[in-house]
Order: sequence, then structure tokens, then C-alpha cells
Amino acid sequence: MNWPLEAFLSFLAAGAFGVIFNTPHRTLISCGLVGMTGWLIYRSYELLLGDPVQATFAGAFGVALVAHLLAKKFRMPMIIFSVAGIIPLVPGSKAYNAMRNIVENNYLEAIKFASEALMISGAVAMGLVFAEVLMQAVFKQQAKRIQRKIGMTPD
Amino acid sequence: MVQTGETRRELALDCFLLAGKILMENGAETYRVEDTMIRMAVSQKMTNSHCFVTPTGIMFSPSDELPTRFVRINARQTDLERVALVNAVSRKLVAQELTLQQAYEELEEIDQTNYKFNMWLQVLAAATASGCFLILLGGSWNDLPFAFVFGGTGFIIVETILERTRVKFFAEFIGSLAIGILAILAVYSGFGIDRDTIIIGSIMPLVPGLLITNAVRDLMAGHFVSGLSKGAEAFLTAFAIGGGIALVLSF
Repeated sequence: MNWPLEAFLSFLAAGAFGVIFNTPHRTLISCGLVGMTGWLIYRSYELLLGDPVQATFAGAFGVALVAHLLAKKFRMPMIIFSVAGIIPLVPGSKAYNAMRNIVENNYLEAIKFASEALMISGAVAMGLVFAEVLMQAVFKQQAKRIQRKIGMTPD
Repeated sequence: MVQTGETRRELALDCFLLAGKILMENGAETYRVEDTMIRMAVSQKMTNSHCFVTPTGIMFSPSDELPTRFVRINARQTDLERVALVNAVSRKLVAQELTLQQAYEELEEIDQTNYKFNMWLQVLAAATASGCFLILLGGSWNDLPFAFVFGGTGFIIVETILERTRVKFFAEFIGSLAIGILAILAVYSGFGIDRDTIIIGSIMPLVPGLLITNAVRDLMAGHFVSGLSKGAEAFLTAFAIGGGIALVLSF
């Protein structure tokens, strides 16, 4: 696989989705970077270990982590960064193949593709949620530490 | 500047509901809408307020004695710039950097300004995204111009029909139908190579990514009504796209 090309294309694709979703103009590049992170994690995991479901989970997890950090940095809602980033992970080709096989009356093949698509969308969701829970726990700890340092009692 | 209690409370309620309405109409998560409204209310000394947000309406009850207010949300779109701007206004209001009156005026301005990119830029973005996905999903470079053009065309068709009819699923169905027909013609005429990757790349701009993300986050945050209804919307969108493609493939 051609790493620089894929990195560039996923950056461009996520940035383009930023334009479609009308994210604030100064965050467009960050949106592209989030998409690139997710796609590169996904691809390298898939190449190394071969499981698309786990790879998608890892990709979505990375997207949500980076999106969370950027959200803190820009002081904007996290969703601005994560939405464009997860689009490349959505199982479009599996869903398409499931649909095509249904039309061609290959129902067994269709079930295989449909369940893969379902697993992968589940993995996207789980990755997002896990990263969010983790980040919330980390930031809560951090906030408590700062509050203690400046002499406030944490609530 | 102390206003009389009654008008000030009215203004505060208008302000919270307008903020909630803009957020919900432009693709924020339910959890964020509720959080923003409650924080704004607390900053205006309404500590005992409750709100209930669904994708089609917002109920807000400021306290025991004041009347509960309701706004209806008719159309939803995706405009994350507005979400960010409302978020900034609510932060400033909570930090006492804005008075209620100023916040309300800013929100009204956000509600009335059009922040969207130029339509042609959006079409170009959709076309670019389609081209990128074609290559990322392993398509051949020969098919790149087709995915580029069809992705843009599909996006234009969906937006135009959406503007005319206001029926989202119909627009998506026709859009993916057009993409399917164009892709089959391209391959049939001998210029395109792989029908499947052209179609997959071109329908990518129509994929309901925001809805899926929001549905999951709402479900996990315990907003089951919103989560399920957004999930249903995402499912219907996916079904409309799939239906359009399936119709083409069945011939």
C-alpha cells in the first residue's frame, strides 16, 4: 500500500466532508488530520492483524481521542471534529455488497456482508464511546487535581 | 441594569429556547442541547430548571411557578459552524461576559445568517470526497473522473430535490438512483472499469455519518427517545440510498 498517497487522500476526503458539513473554517485542516489519523490507524491495524472489525474499532477510538483533544484546544464541541473523521470508517462497500447480493438473489452471501457491515458499524460506535468515557475520566481527574492545587474543594 | 423580573424572565426563556432550537436544527447531540440550556439557565439563577429535548421539539420548564415553554423543530440540517457559534455564546453568557440581551441578539443573528459554504464549493467537496474514496477503496485510477463527476452530480440532485420537495428520503433515493444509472452507463460504454467501486465512491457523500454518530452518543448518554429516532432517521437514509442502488442493479 502507498502510505503517503493514502494519507493525503484520507486527509482530503475528511476535509471535503468538513466543507459539506460546514465546520468552522479554521478547523477544516484539523478535521482533515482527524480523518487521516483514523484511516491510517485502521489501515495499519488491518494490514498487521487482518481483522477489519478490530481495525475499525481502533480507528474510531483514535478519531475520538484526537477529536476530543482538538475540541479542548479550540474550545468547540467535539462533534465538529469527529464527524468528518469517522466517515472513511463507515462500511460503505460491505453495505453495498450486501445490497447487491440481495438483488442478485444470493441471500447467503448477502447475510455474510450485512452482518460484517453491522459488526463494523458497531465497532465504530464502540470506539467512539470508549474513547469518550476514557477522556472524560482523564479530564475529571485533571480538573480535580487543578482544583486541589488552587485550594478549591472538588464537588 | 436590573430589568423588571417579568420581562427579564421572558427574555431569558426566549434566549434558552432559541439557543436550543438552533443547536438541534443544525446537528448537535441531544446531550449538548440539554447541557447548554441548563448551564445558561443556571447562569441566570434558574437553578431548578428541567428540559426535555427530542429531535422534533424542545420542552423547557424554568421552575415550579413559571410556565413551561415549548418549541417545535421542523427541519434539521447539518451546519456545524452554527453549533460552534451557539456554543461560544453560551460559554460567554455563563462566564458573565455577555448580558442576556446581548446573548439574545447574537443568537438571533446566528439564526438569521447563512454560514454555509457556496453551493459550488460544496459540490466540489462532494466530488473530491468521492474521488478520494474511490482510490482509498481500491478502485482504478481510470475510474477517478467518473467517481468525481457522479459524486458531484448525486450531491447536486439530492440538494435540488431537497430544496423543492423537503422530503429527504425521496431526494436520497433519486440521488443514488441517478448515481447507479450513470455508473452503469459509464461501464457499459466501455470507459469505466469497475461499476461497484464507482458506485461506492460516489454515494459516500450521501452517507448519514452525522446521524449515526449522534444516535450512538445519545443512546449512550441515556437519551433513548432521541437516540432511537435519530437511529431511525439514519436507517431510513441508508435504506433510501440502498434502495436506489438496488433498483438499478436489479435490471
